[in-house]
Amino acid sequence: MDLTFNEPELAFREELRAWLADHEPGREPDAEDANYEWRVDFQRSLARDGWAAVHWPPEYGGRGATLTQSAIFFEELGRAGAPLPANVLGLLLAGPTIMSWGTPEQKERYLTPILSAEEIWCQGFSEPDAGSDLASLKTRAVKDGDDWVVTGQKVWTSAAQYAKWCMLVARTDPEAPKHKGLTYFLMDMEQEAVTVRPLRQITGESEFNELFIDGARIPSENVLGGEGNGWKVALTTLMNERAGLAFFLQVRLRQLLDRLIAEAAQRDLLDDPVIADRLGELHLKSEILRLTAYRGLTAIEKYGQPGPEGSLTKWMWSETNQQLTQFAADLLGPSALTAGGRWSYELLRARGNSIEGGTTEVLKNIVAERVLGLPKAR
Amino acid sequence: MDFDLTEDQREIKNVARELLSARSPLAKVREAAEAAEYDDALWREIVQLGWPGIAVAEQHGGQGLGAVELAVLLEELGYACAATPFLSTAVAAAVIQAGGTDEQRRRWLPGLIAGETRAGVGSPDLVVDGAGADVVVLLDDDGARLVSAPESEPLVAIDPTRRFATVRGEGEALGADAADRVRTAVAAEVVGVCQRALEMTLDYVKERKQFGVAVGSFQAVSHRCAQMLLHTESTRSAAYYAAWAADAEPARLGEAAALAAAAGATGAREVPASAIQAHGGIGFTWEADVHWLYKRGEVDRALLGGAKRHHAALARAAAQRLAVPAS
Repeated sequence: MDLTFNEPELAFREELRAWLADHEPGREPDAEDANYEWRVDFQRSLARDGWAAVHWPPEYGGRGATLTQSAIFFEELGRAGAPLPANVLGLLLAGPTIMSWGTPEQKERYLTPILSAEEIWCQGFSEPDAGSDLASLKTRAVKDGDDWVVTGQKVWTSAAQYAKWCMLVARTDPEAPKHKGLTYFLMDMEQEAVTVRPLRQITGESEFNELFIDGARIPSENVLGGEGNGWKVALTTLMNERAGLAFFLQVRLRQLLDRLIAEAAQRDLLDDPVIADRLGELHLKSEILRLTAYRGLTAIEKYGQPGPEGSLTKWMWSETNQQLTQFAADLLGPSALTAGGRWSYELLRARGNSIEGGTTEVLKNIVAERVLGLPKAR
Repeated sequence: MDFDLTEDQREIKNVARELLSARSPLAKVREAAEAAEYDDALWREIVQLGWPGIAVAEQHGGQGLGAVELAVLLEELGYACAATPFLSTAVAAAVIQAGGTDEQRRRWLPGLIAGETRAGVGSPDLVVDGAGADVVVLLDDDGARLVSAPESEPLVAIDPTRRFATVRGEGEALGADAADRVRTAVAAEVVGVCQRALEMTLDYVKERKQFGVAVGSFQAVSHRCAQMLLHTESTRSAAYYAAWAADAEPARLGEAAALAAAAGATGAREVPASAIQAHGGIGFTWEADVHWLYKRGEVDRALLGGAKRHHAALARAAAQRLAVPAS
């Protein structure tokens, strides 16, 4: 047991901190498109110095970073006030999935432009009637000569308005059992048959989109992992989803909590036992989240799979972030409810935390069934 | 970064689990509890194995290991809910080793390790293993004191697997972090209590059928079990972090122990309470064994000082860190 970083990990962190100090990201722009451009610029600058995908193997332009180094990378981004790279879905999801399942030609074609943010990726998994029950998705792909023709609708698609490519899961065999008839495609977004419509969230902004696909054509060479194998390939994508992000989100939570504690101190509220109790409890939860995430990393590094703690961190994070932002509203009063303010934004945005990337209810089912071995839920 | 037990530590855990499941199944715990006695045969065996001296230096007759190994054993004794004075004996030995004077070490360690000296640990009004103790580690708001030949009054507390007393006495100061070490150790025991309560509950809800199906297939039940796992693993993360800090980075022990105590105080109550609920009516009976765990959990929570005082300390620590810019 050693909860300190070893020499290579410290060296990695020092090098990254020095780089971040020389490449300050600047203030985050409010307007959505400007914000996106800011994130593209930041990724290009990361890519120029080989920092865009530290967890990718060197042969694909990464640094072959260990999981711990990758965690350090996201922690340091968060600490420096840097954004997630614009192509985060390409870097974290599409890239690793293509490395696992792609042909040599596919790896050659797609990986480099992901790194440089030349080609942005989005993820076409969820549908209006297939959210938590993803395998019931209905988007159809039908063979037509050398092409597949796709019709259907996707939802919650982040970055679709900027994306060149979409990781698309569609049903290619309606006769097969629901997990078996799926195929994973790399779909070109730049075609008439694909329409992107922004979804306005409760915050007023549009991080997500709806995707209407009406006869889009995908050449057969853009199938990833083989026809009918889409569920397995999609699982690779889903398994990659949270690993690095968890550390970024954990640091952001920490920063938000520190900000609240500082505001409470400024107003001389820390001597109030009720307030101290709540803030201390949030501090506890934030630290437990960090410690538990590191236990999960160790388990994967040593045994190749997460232990029982691995399924808990997303749930812990969303619950804590929601409690934190609601307590901020209680503590700071009307000033935290002013439209356009930081706290009012965080209060609203946090409502999505327990839904996005797996609802808490589904996470609890997964814990119950896969970790605790309980019978399938009713 | 390696947040996992070493192979040696895992081996200690396995040996302890095996021995305790053979020698101290819940039937034996019940026997001792109902007779209001410790399991003396088990205690003799534990002493022979040298467990009370696990975190004591070899020069004083101990095994020369650390707080993490002690935490591993405490977790397993908590898991077994064993009726022995192990917690107070091993903890007294560990804090005297870590922060005692040479004189205190010479005076107390050999007897504690040999199981001849009886120790207690707790606050003046609730000392675990305090009845008839020769020496007591007494916790209060200022830290921990070592009270020898204490003035004690036996007390019957809700946990019948252990003997209690109220204790008065001035005592001598122990090392500055003695109270942190005690709470770290108690939190480790709580990890085992939670783990056992969770496992007993899982066994039960997989077996028990209502409406023609196992009740564990109902989300109201299975989500409760998931929440029990969350509390258990949270306590584990914090308790082992604190145990590691006690050995490797004492400067971090203060905050780590507060984390362990706060997480442990919550886990100690919530997990066994959930176990009773998930067992339904049978869980409320004397006949089912889950109540031993609930009772031990409530007493351990009191030993930890509850959650709120540690939350307040954590808030102060976080505010202080913000006031001093990080280097």
